[in-house]
Amino acid sequence: MSRDRLICDTSEWSFPLLERFDKEIGHIAHEEFGLDTYANQIEVITSEQMIDAYSSVGLPINYHHWSFGKQFVSTERTYRRGQMGLAYEIVINSDPCIAYLMEENSLPMQALVIAHASYGHNSFFKGNYLFRTWTSADAIIDYLVFARTYVAECEERYGTEEVELLLDSCHALMNHGVDRYKRPAPLTMAEEQKRQREREDYLQSQINDLWRTLPPTQQGDDNHKAERFPPEPQENLLYFFEKNAPLLEPWQREIVRIVRKIGQYFYPQRQTQVMNEGWATFWHYTLLNRMYDKGLVTDGFMLEVLQSHTNVVFQPPFDTPYYNGINPYALGFAMMRDIRRICEEPTDEDRHWFPDIAGQDWLPVLKFAMANFKDESFIAQYLSPKLIREFRLFAVLDDDRDETLEITAIHDDEGYRAIRQALADQYNLGSREPNIQVYNVDRRGDRSLLLRHYRYNRRPLGDTADDMLRHIRRLWGFDVRLESVDEHGKVELLAEC
Amino acid sequence: MSHFIDRRIGSKRKSAVNRQRFLKRYKSQLKRAVADAVNRRSITDTDAGEKVKIPAKDVSEPVFHHGSGGTRESVYTGNKEFMTGDRVNRPPGGAGGGSGSGNASDSGEGEDEFVFELSREEYLDLLFDDLELPNLVRNQLVGATDFKIVRAGYATDGAPSNIDVVRSLKGAIARRTALGAPYRGRIRELEDEVDTLLAEGADERDSRVLALREEIQGLKTRIAALPFIDTFDLRFRSFAKQPEPTSKAVMFCLMDVSGSMDEERKNLAKRFFLLLHLFLQRNYDKIDVVFIRHHTTALEVDEQEFFYSRETGGTVVSSALHLVQDIIHERYDSSAWNIYAAQASDGDNWESDSPICRDLIAQKLLPLMRYYAYVEIMPRQHQALWYAYQEVAEIDSRFAMQQIDSAEDVFTVFRELFRRQPA
Repeated sequence: MSRDRLICDTSEWSFPLLERFDKEIGHIAHEEFGLDTYANQIEVITSEQMIDAYSSVGLPINYHHWSFGKQFVSTERTYRRGQMGLAYEIVINSDPCIAYLMEENSLPMQALVIAHASYGHNSFFKGNYLFRTWTSADAIIDYLVFARTYVAECEERYGTEEVELLLDSCHALMNHGVDRYKRPAPLTMAEEQKRQREREDYLQSQINDLWRTLPPTQQGDDNHKAERFPPEPQENLLYFFEKNAPLLEPWQREIVRIVRKIGQYFYPQRQTQVMNEGWATFWHYTLLNRMYDKGLVTDGFMLEVLQSHTNVVFQPPFDTPYYNGINPYALGFAMMRDIRRICEEPTDEDRHWFPDIAGQDWLPVLKFAMANFKDESFIAQYLSPKLIREFRLFAVLDDDRDETLEITAIHDDEGYRAIRQALADQYNLGSREPNIQVYNVDRRGDRSLLLRHYRYNRRPLGDTADDMLRHIRRLWGFDVRLESVDEHGKVELLAEC
Repeated sequence: MSHFIDRRIGSKRKSAVNRQRFLKRYKSQLKRAVADAVNRRSITDTDAGEKVKIPAKDVSEPVFHHGSGGTRESVYTGNKEFMTGDRVNRPPGGAGGGSGSGNASDSGEGEDEFVFELSREEYLDLLFDDLELPNLVRNQLVGATDFKIVRAGYATDGAPSNIDVVRSLKGAIARRTALGAPYRGRIRELEDEVDTLLAEGADERDSRVLALREEIQGLKTRIAALPFIDTFDLRFRSFAKQPEPTSKAVMFCLMDVSGSMDEERKNLAKRFFLLLHLFLQRNYDKIDVVFIRHHTTALEVDEQEFFYSRETGGTVVSSALHLVQDIIHERYDSSAWNIYAAQASDGDNWESDSPICRDLIAQKLLPLMRYYAYVEIMPRQHQALWYAYQEVAEIDSRFAMQQIDSAEDVFTVFRELFRRQPA
């Protein structure tokens, strides 16, 4: 290794050094591995600012709300008492992609974070289909500025308390304020349609005048009664309230919309944790190792990087006190590495399980996997028997009708598919969160709202249902009832408010 | 190309608003927590913030989530001995094997209390919320001696110690530039002439050149003769006096240290005095505290001695009141000072002294004072002093009295004495 290519051998960072590292990492990422990224904006902040960033759910600006303050005081306390280290970085899905570095970190850590966040996460944000579909990176910062100003204006005009109560209710339903299936039409199109509808209505009104004098017909009224509103059940509760709640003021609808939009912005992140972290970890590992191979960094630098890296991807077994579920960094990183391995050095088993990628060029395969999957489908597609063995995964069935738990699958030939399926399902948002839909509104009666909870695997709702109904009632303005539907279609009333 | 920004300097405490919102929202719970805390902690420790707990269920933000029950299949790592089809007992405590709804127990859930730290300011704000100093008046005197000195720009004369060097030298440079300008212009003209002459072939010894050179030299001397600094350049920082309403207070702490006051009672008294001190500090810029202890005779002492030395003997309360009166006359003009007094005693007094105390307070002291608080630390029958004081309390609202039975009472009594009066 020639020492003349070395960038430096200190562990103190400085801005010129950061820029130098960023240039080298960027060169390797773009030129050698062809990663496609947004431009980077890298900000150096203090630990206190990091706690700030934590408490506003990682967004660089946000409207004011007490819950962020609650988050702040509890984070601050655990951090000050040393119970919790802060994350090394926060990265924001925006264009340019904003990443925060903490000033306390040493130079190797800063380099790791730059590689991880500014090239790993960044390229994931730009490439993955969920992010491409549901978020617009170039508009999010502007939207947050708008939201913050708008909420502040409402507080001024209608009182902080009023706005706060509304936000409370909206936050409670944030996870149920997400469009899952279709991309909303762009605004210009919507305006176009609205204009067209207005034209249509106007023309219709001219004709209506002719029909107005005709005596109304009696028939068809029965049909009307049977008709539900909304005609199709609606699972996006916030959207439903924004558009249909009878008593909301225009500003309240706008605030519901703001919360809904921010929820939607986070929707892809909640579904791609394993992939996103795995991808970023894979790239900081690969990029920094490449730097080492090129002789740009010292052995000591690499040792520090590897030490943090190892901590990050550590997966304790289920029976240790540190076990806190499956570590998304560990699983994601292992899977990304495994895909590369399957491409480069396939075994017979791999050829049998993954005939389409075994022996292929690894980089396009990996990029395809990054771009076109979410956690659930990614695991269902790519979790290999080798990894199941390495992690010694096993599936446990917990049925409350049985006295004991049943081990349904372990890492053997019969178990691979079952484990893969069970693990994929564990990352399925649809089964993790209760499925609650707007079923009907009693439009001709007391305007009460009927919600239905469709039970999945007989799981009941948690004990927050009553509180939640109070929030929903605040938004809807009239009585709210919640029914539960089991697999056999049997309906029972759960709560009323 | 990446863009680096150093954010460390600006935008500090971005969450301050959110934090305040949070505290405001849970004010009632926090007040309860703070009132609990004040009885537990040593009040001398006034510089620290306070750790408070409020019930987690009050601050939780509900979301729809799955409860336990139903069937769920979850995957774990690190299998050692399990085979397919094995049946194992449910782990204790975790209904549902602690699986599935892992995102439900984010913050707070599962813990009964939400714990965090208040800063000192926030702590005191909550502690003294709804309390106010009775009869708080900002004494203002016409032609009073109390002034605030404020900056008032620059002046052309003043004391040498107030010379603003930078400003003065800037003036000097400007003056030199202005006065030297005509000479420098002339020098440039003459030098041009010399250059033309030399270019035309005249040599240095040519008389015209020499004459010009001499003139240039003369002008340069004149420029050099401009004074570097002149009295004209001097600028002085100017200050103006602004009369300011006095907001000074003095607090008299009176304590009975006779034999009947034991350590425990003195401790209760001390808690009370410290609360009072803290409270006054928040209302006044400047607080003097005068410690007076008494048995049969009264003595002004320092804090250490006040709280920790022990005396024995009988009790004559009026001795302390006389001393207060003397000190006020000597040092604390009641038109410039807000005067408060707090007296702690076990109620013992020389039998015939109580009427004297009553008259002293009602006629001599109260007219000078803003408030006089008396606390009796004695869980038993009241004695003559209490009844004598009661007469004062009936006629004068500046006098208040309460009884403290135990440590838990101190804060309650304190609140009672300083409760905000309905306007």
